[in-house]
Amino acid sequence: MAEKIVSKYFYNKEAAALSFYQKDGGYSAAKKALGMAVDDVIAEVKKSNLRGRGGAGFPTGMKWSFIPKDSKAPKYLVCNCDESEPGTFKDRAIITYSPHMLIEGMLIGAHAIGAHVGYIYIRGEYVREAEFLEHAIDEAYKAGILGKNAMGSGFKFDLYVHRGAGAYICGEETGLLNSLEGKRGEPRVKPPFPAIKGAFGGPTIVNNVETLAAIPWIINNGGEAYAKMGKFPNSGGTRLYCVSGHVNKPGLYEFPCGAVTLRELIYEHCGGIRDNRKLKAVIPGGSSAPVLAAHEIDIPLDVEPMAKAGTMLGSCGVIVIDDSWCAVKIIKRVTHFYAHESCGQCTPCREGTRWMEDVLHRIEDGHGKMSDLDLLLNVADNINGKTLCALGDAAAGPVLSFVKKFRHEFEAHIKGGKCLNA
Amino acid sequence: MKKQLSDKFYKEIDRLRPRYPTNQALLLPALHLAQDELGWVSGDTMDEIAAAIDIPPPVVREVITFYTMYNLKPVGNYHLQVCTNISCALMGAEKLLEHCEKKLGIQAGETTRDNKFTITEVECLGACGTAPCVQINKDYYEDLTTEKMDRILSELK
Repeated sequence: MAEKIVSKYFYNKEAAALSFYQKDGGYSAAKKALGMAVDDVIAEVKKSNLRGRGGAGFPTGMKWSFIPKDSKAPKYLVCNCDESEPGTFKDRAIITYSPHMLIEGMLIGAHAIGAHVGYIYIRGEYVREAEFLEHAIDEAYKAGILGKNAMGSGFKFDLYVHRGAGAYICGEETGLLNSLEGKRGEPRVKPPFPAIKGAFGGPTIVNNVETLAAIPWIINNGGEAYAKMGKFPNSGGTRLYCVSGHVNKPGLYEFPCGAVTLRELIYEHCGGIRDNRKLKAVIPGGSSAPVLAAHEIDIPLDVEPMAKAGTMLGSCGVIVIDDSWCAVKIIKRVTHFYAHESCGQCTPCREGTRWMEDVLHRIEDGHGKMSDLDLLLNVADNINGKTLCALGDAAAGPVLSFVKKFRHEFEAHIKGGKCLNA
Repeated sequence: MKKQLSDKFYKEIDRLRPRYPTNQALLLPALHLAQDELGWVSGDTMDEIAAAIDIPPPVVREVITFYTMYNLKPVGNYHLQVCTNISCALMGAEKLLEHCEKKLGIQAGETTRDNKFTITEVECLGACGTAPCVQINKDYYEDLTTEKMDRILSELK
């Protein structure tokens, strides 16, 4: 069994306590990092090939190095805990069982980029989880880990929890920053990127929970050791795969990047498809990822192999669908979500997502026309790549892939007015 | 305008103020605190919040309407937020929602006459591995079946 990093303490309720974490060596990495030169910390993270775990997969060390060293404006480190990509539920487990792993990662990151204030932006619905975090932060302040003189290093770091209020788009980093500032969570025009002008106008790094939670291990064991765990170049360490839907054992699984294929994950680790049914499709990276048909799942779970297969690893939200479900019904539900969550700034997304939902609705109800399929593809094409943020692409990609791969089901609805799965 | 928010609210705002470099950043926390106290956010409450954190009242309205968690009308004592997004849907969320609606005699978006329950259909709650999931007030209820839901509802006083 490969080493567990971020899920090491999962389901152990005592592990959330500072005393438990410290007894197991917790905060030794922060102690070490606070004594290191900033450039050395960033170099170690660069060496680790750690990529952002929120969905975009951007190299974390490189992101950190974008922070201007001579900035007069205060710098900020923001943790993106707005986990709201459908199918994704890993960050919630990390903050429930390992809040101090996250806090330690943030302390190290703050030192690396020179930020004296950090915010954990947590989705509003995670009320209890926000309370766990507040409690853990209190513990860290009392122990002198956070505050004016973090761990006696002379480095000042204050960390606060900031709750969102129900908006998927606030997981987009510039939407998140607007929301943190008390504004509507509409994504910003980039550039400037947050590393130059982010929260409250200051240089800001936004990192996902799982990304930051991996930092202590990297500092303790070295970037090279982390990089070596990955099976493909440029993608180090482990990832948490969130498996939901029609498998026998849904849940969280941590494996080295690329070490396991999608088929192995589903059949060897998750116990296969429930009720002895057949696999129909997998949405592999959260609901924004283009769908894979049952025969397309021999792909190693890593960023590049998934991209090569025409989909994406995204946030590792693996949604497994058995053959009792209708493709039209599924994509209609997914599209409803994007129509609901479109912030409305960009016309192609605001109008297009609603049009796609309407057309899918009438196809499902048996009132569609054959030309509706081309219309769907046309609308999706007109959203793709034509919006400020990735929500547009996230809405278009799934529609394009579902129509392409399950066209016969759409046609059955249109021609016969009925569902092949009814 | 009569004050609706308690001293506790004002104290909490004072405690949070040093965390942010701007007044407006206090808006989301203030709205959460107000809703915790009053159950929803009325126009008068919005104006009181604007005054409390010293931002123009229209800004509160502009922002509050962007987010789904702030109740712009009163809700029941128990706010059932039923996720019907994809992972929950695959695990029977539609049936669960229908069951709740039938059992309480209301549709999603409505409140029972005794103001005890409100049902809202919500988007992904981030508990997909333990679907279907319903959030009732601040707590998640997971791995739900209609039988489990019945038990939970009967225990809510």
